[in-house]
Amino acid sequence: MEPWKWDLFFGSLPYIARGLLVTVKITLLGSLLAYTLGLLFAVLLRARVPVLHLVLRAFVEAVRSTPLLVQIFVLFWLMPQLTGVKLGAETTGVLALGVHYACYTAEVYRAGIDAVPRGQWEAAAALSLPRSRVWLGVVLPQAVPRVIPALGNYTISMFKEVPLLLAIGVLDVLNRAKEFGADNYRVIEAYTMAGLVFLVLSYPASVLVRRLERRVAHS
Amino acid sequence: MSENFDFLLRTVLKGLPYTAGAAAGGIALAAVLSFAAGLALLSRSRGVRLVSRVYVEGFRGTSEVVQLFWIYFALPVLVGLQLVPLFAGILVLGLNHGAYGAEIVRGAVQSVPRAQVEGAVALGFGPVRRMRRVILPQAVAEMLPPFTNLFIQLLKNTSLLFLIQVPEIFHQGELLRPRFGNELGTIYAILAVLYLVLALLITFVMGRLERVAARRLGRKAAGRNGALAAGKGV
Amino acid sequence: MVRFENVTKRFGDNQVCEDLTFTVAPGEFVTLIGPSGSGKTTILRLLMTLERVTSGLIEVGGEPLSHMPRGGRTVPADEKHLRRIRRRIGMVFQQFNLFPNMDVLRNITEAPVHVLGRDKEAAEAHAMELLGMVGLAEKAREHPSRLSGGQQQRVAIARALAMRPDVLLLDEVTSALDPELVAGVLGLLREIASTTDITFLCVTHEMGFAREVSDRVMMFDAGRVVEEGPPESLFGEPGHERTRSFLRAVLDRP
Repeated sequence: MEPWKWDLFFGSLPYIARGLLVTVKITLLGSLLAYTLGLLFAVLLRARVPVLHLVLRAFVEAVRSTPLLVQIFVLFWLMPQLTGVKLGAETTGVLALGVHYACYTAEVYRAGIDAVPRGQWEAAAALSLPRSRVWLGVVLPQAVPRVIPALGNYTISMFKEVPLLLAIGVLDVLNRAKEFGADNYRVIEAYTMAGLVFLVLSYPASVLVRRLERRVAHS
Repeated sequence: MSENFDFLLRTVLKGLPYTAGAAAGGIALAAVLSFAAGLALLSRSRGVRLVSRVYVEGFRGTSEVVQLFWIYFALPVLVGLQLVPLFAGILVLGLNHGAYGAEIVRGAVQSVPRAQVEGAVALGFGPVRRMRRVILPQAVAEMLPPFTNLFIQLLKNTSLLFLIQVPEIFHQGELLRPRFGNELGTIYAILAVLYLVLALLITFVMGRLERVAARRLGRKAAGRNGALAAGKGV
Repeated sequence: MVRFENVTKRFGDNQVCEDLTFTVAPGEFVTLIGPSGSGKTTILRLLMTLERVTSGLIEVGGEPLSHMPRGGRTVPADEKHLRRIRRRIGMVFQQFNLFPNMDVLRNITEAPVHVLGRDKEAAEAHAMELLGMVGLAEKAREHPSRLSGGQQQRVAIARALAMRPDVLLLDEVTSALDPELVAGVLGLLREIASTTDITFLCVTHEMGFAREVSDRVMMFDAGRVVEEGPPESLFGEPGHERTRSFLRAVLDRP
């Protein structure tokens, strides 16, 4: 058997590019969900509403301590039984990744909020700013820029976890590579190309985030 | 609880040795690779640093699932050797998390105060002795908490091995799905509890190690908040 | 204007204020002095409701601060009550606590606009007036971090005044400043004190300033008032041994 076929390597690219569109779309939507939901979780957890606080805490812990794959399957197979609503594979993916990562970004936001000096809260209280202004005008504008690099890291991490969704039939980069491989009875070139696609996108992105991290640390 | 609960539990538990084995093997390999690659990142030799950098960025930059497919399905074509699924799984888990661990080791070694190194130099310690006697004992105490998170992450990712037909617990759960479609809640709850128990086991063992390492430095182990507060390897 | 009645504050086992009772008249300038850890700053923080009393009652302008009447009884104040009564009180902090995400002007207008509901233009006009008074009109659009410590503290003073407080709390406002900037800030405060009818409670280590502007000085030690009186008598002929040794210690400083 020939060890390596360049024509298959390059031939897989157009195919994989179609999967990449799906992967990127899911990553962006998933990140958007994770960023907003995570912020909501962080603010709610800080508000310490008696019962809600406990429920949310338990939910976040449960999500963080079980595999993402289990959560994807729960959303894809179990949820429709409970709610009667059957979501498409891609929507399920966005939801699963978004909620999963929200439980991590909540922690990031919490740390960012904790890093806002006490004096800022006290000054806001001394001016009797209403709670909404304390958050929107004083605390979050200081906390959010600080956490952007960490959020960026989670987006990169999420990007690399999208291939898990092939287990529920999403046609992402890896699934496209798999299809292409099956059509040609050889997978090595297509899988290598898939790996390269991830590397080529996520390595520069992580370099960028690292640079951003340094800038935030120095400002 | 359903009347089939015993059957469901027994079926899922058949996968436990595979999950535990994959996690243990992956952790052992990841630990070795973390130290090797992490120290190599700090080497004086540019060549050594470069090789390690390529390994670390290569595995951190690509998707673990892609790595799994590549090693299990693609590599055999190149080398003409088909790996046993469990072995391929351990290899990928170890290689992938070892790359993240390398950065933990590098960061921890670099966090040891410069004055410590200077003290060791002043005592005439050579580089190897400095590393083994002075720097590493302090660095290890720093590394253990992030390693706990990394290992829990690895444990959760043993579920990926279902994609290459390793009969671990997630795979066992999937086998049950067609026949017990209306008891999915029970199946997933069993899985969640098993992962939780294994994660607690890791936390417990690592907590012990932390205390030993801290005691050797004459410090108190830092209290960890939330036994399962695992971060994502990024 | 301000009344403390049997106020006690504890942090865990640590008693910071012990059974304090005193009143401050409207327009009065009261300075709190004493060794660090004697409870002076805690008094200000209790008044600003940054801390809650362990027991006792604080009143501001005849209204209970930490408690409120409900159905004939007094119950611990809720957030709404606190927020309403807090508007009458302003505070200037040792570390300025300007908001770094806003320029100077917005630091000053943020609360009048969003708390008092003033319209933006009126608030900005007032803010510019105050900035003119503290001598920083040209810095309105600067970022706080580009100002010197003394300038930041003047902005913080303007910010507190923008709320037109009845009571202004000054918490070691010059302690974080370089020595050459202290005089300017103190001069500004002196001017404000003499031209407005704001009630002041001031914690400071600047004895000269305290002597000059205060109507009354209270000497604290270990959470209690050991001595109080007009500055001339308290600084001139302190009656208590603790006061004498404290004054000797601070005045000896070069």
